[in-house]
Amino acid sequence: MTATAVSPRLELKGISKRFPGVVANDHVSFQVPAGAIHALLGENGAGKSTLVKIIYGVQQADEGEIVFDGKPVRIGSPREARSLGIGMVFQHFSLFEAMTVLENIALGMDNPPPRRELEARVREVLASYGLSLDPHRHVHTLSVGERQRIEIVRALLQQPKLLIMDEPTSVLTPQEVEQLFETLRRLASEGCSILYISHKLHEIKALCESATILRGGKVVASCDPREESARSMAELMIGGSLKDLSQKSSGAAGKERFVVSALSAPGEPPFGTSLKEVSFAVRSGEIFGIAGVAGNGQNELLAVISGEDAAGISGSIRLDGTELAGLSVGARRRAGLASSPEERNGHAAVPGMSLADNALLSARSRMGLASGGVIRAKAARDYAGRVIEAFSVKATGPGAAAGSLSGGNLQKFVMGREIMQDPAVLVVSQPTWGVDAGAASFIRQSMIDLARQGAAVVVVSQDLDELLELCDRLAVINEGRLSEPMDVKGISIERVGLLMGGIHGGQAAETRVGAKAEAHERRPEPAL
Amino acid sequence: MNLDLLVAILMTVAGAATPLLIAGLGELVVEKSGVLNLGVEGMMLIGAVTGFAVATSTGIPVLGALAAMGAAAAASMIFAVLVLTLMANQVATGLALTIFGTGVSALIGAPFVGITTPTFGTIFPEALTASPLLRLVFGHSPLVYFGLILTVAVAWFLNRSRAGLILRAVGESDSAAHAIGYPVLKVRYLAILFGGAMAGLAGSYYSLVLTPMWAERLTAGRGWIAIALVVFASWRPGRMLAGAYLFGLVITMELQAKAAGFNMFAPELLAALPYLATIAVLAIISAAKRGGANAPACLGKPFRAAA
Repeated sequence: MTATAVSPRLELKGISKRFPGVVANDHVSFQVPAGAIHALLGENGAGKSTLVKIIYGVQQADEGEIVFDGKPVRIGSPREARSLGIGMVFQHFSLFEAMTVLENIALGMDNPPPRRELEARVREVLASYGLSLDPHRHVHTLSVGERQRIEIVRALLQQPKLLIMDEPTSVLTPQEVEQLFETLRRLASEGCSILYISHKLHEIKALCESATILRGGKVVASCDPREESARSMAELMIGGSLKDLSQKSSGAAGKERFVVSALSAPGEPPFGTSLKEVSFAVRSGEIFGIAGVAGNGQNELLAVISGEDAAGISGSIRLDGTELAGLSVGARRRAGLASSPEERNGHAAVPGMSLADNALLSARSRMGLASGGVIRAKAARDYAGRVIEAFSVKATGPGAAAGSLSGGNLQKFVMGREIMQDPAVLVVSQPTWGVDAGAASFIRQSMIDLARQGAAVVVVSQDLDELLELCDRLAVINEGRLSEPMDVKGISIERVGLLMGGIHGGQAAETRVGAKAEAHERRPEPAL
Repeated sequence: MNLDLLVAILMTVAGAATPLLIAGLGELVVEKSGVLNLGVEGMMLIGAVTGFAVATSTGIPVLGALAAMGAAAAASMIFAVLVLTLMANQVATGLALTIFGTGVSALIGAPFVGITTPTFGTIFPEALTASPLLRLVFGHSPLVYFGLILTVAVAWFLNRSRAGLILRAVGESDSAAHAIGYPVLKVRYLAILFGGAMAGLAGSYYSLVLTPMWAERLTAGRGWIAIALVVFASWRPGRMLAGAYLFGLVITMELQAKAAGFNMFAPELLAALPYLATIAVLAIISAAKRGGANAPACLGKPFRAAA
């Protein structure tokens, strides 16, 4: 690289951070020029989050130096970061559900103006970037995309010189992603540097002009994403070659195994979504996808199918012709319906209990881990051990606490626990959420293998790419309604995106924002 | 019913409601910051005995009330250190604080049993309290007015001031507040301190105004009603006012029924009336709202700064 007279916006020199037993960052150095969109890539646990927390002052580096606009700086707190001109949009939004948009924005500022003036400035920023958001709505009534806009507006109001985006697109519809990219490109053209963290390599290809790749806390490569393929970057991240998914089922699916018809359910107050006449049918050997933006009834659907939610349900759920509606969770499991909810820790698994005990929780009847009310501890340990072995879960053994596993490993364990019971129907939500590329591809492969053995598999996911890769057919859920299923072959991404945003039929894309706001108004506001 | 009696009853209602209101508003602020302090009863007893001791020794009731606030706030700091810095369980620690307060107040109060204390006068001139209706407006103890002002002040603080916004944010999501850069523990320390001072003041109202004397367990469980009222009020100061006066009415009815020789029920059953009403109201509220939708999301959870 040739030396330039202009100093970079941000330069890291040998940043190291150690936690007991692990080196999160090991002499990380790179620089981001002014107005550049720079990607930070790496698998879970590669040290990306720690690094950005250090830049944003949430944590302090043990060693190394941060140079900002040519001056060495010490960033002791987020407040100091903001005063330098560093803004951050968090992966898990730092928003307050029970408060309004305006209150949330005020909380993110150090010296907010009086609320009228603030509201005027917020509206000004929204208008100038073409974002739609009502400052007076309570956060819990907003879609995930709208929530993210709050964080972005909050950052923009400070007129940042460097904006850090941590996994910003994981929960957005394709159209929302495009809109976000336009905003970011515009910001960059105005001279703001952007440090962009993501797993989604094709997005990085589309957006970023340079990238630093971290593995095990070290910088292992830097590249120009526009000149790399998604595959080559993925291989740099995992430090090995990526396995292809073996061909999904040939489409010669068998008879209908799992039929849900006219399923309706009331949403859990205060913020739940009600299900409205959901119907779909999955054949033997088929993988059926349910796409949609978070909070449109996915959790409710899963709870109703698994039998967790039984109050006020109407409609039918049939497995090989047997009616399951009205049966308990255990009876459904015995009938061959396995399910795994979105939340791993605390819903699919009990973090404080051992893997053997967690195996017992969902596999006791099908695998005979408890008989006559007595636990067969050895059988449970053996089963957990077999799951660990078959799904290459990194754990010390069946006695390890579920909470001690990394997200990807726990997910592998949970999926293995269900799949190895050889279910007739598997229903999973967000099977690869927050899971690194290697584990994600393993989990997807295992679902394909299960389908090949004749099971019907239903995958609920917000990750459209995953569904397109995995499924034979998919449908979109919006506001508790499920669209007509579509064949994945030759599917129109634009149409899926519109369905995710709540548009049915053939309205033009221009009407999307207005019509979407309308869709939200129809959602009953909880009494406050 | 004659006017004099009606006014007397209404004034009793205000008197019975005021300590519930003041202690309840203090606990409301504490809970809004995400901390559940079940030690209100103990802090009220510490306030009651300290207020009584200082007022009788100095002869100045205002000093008694101030000392009550200070002593109860000091007791609340024991709780704060345990649950915030040492991350002890909030429910268990709060219960321990109540037991501690009950014991300490009995110990300190032993020499004061059976003597009387100078009490607060009214703050308005004699002429203003001549007729019954004027008395209803101007004839109360200063603390009754303080309770009303406090309601407005707490409502304004929580909903209109920046500090109140931060306090609510800390109670709503401590991790998000920390990520933005707010001092979660400091906010909670201050909230607990305020809650302690208000519980102490409410306690001193029993020993300096309502019954100007000291007896063991003088507050008779009213601290628990104050905590229940926070839920009843769904964490809103305006509803706290309504709730406190409603319970003031229930308590007054109990007293009036006793005085009128109403003996259809055993007196013990009548004495249980406010507590039965508490249980009934809480059951109805949680049935109607499916577990209090307005509760601060981080209520009762210890905060550990992410490493």
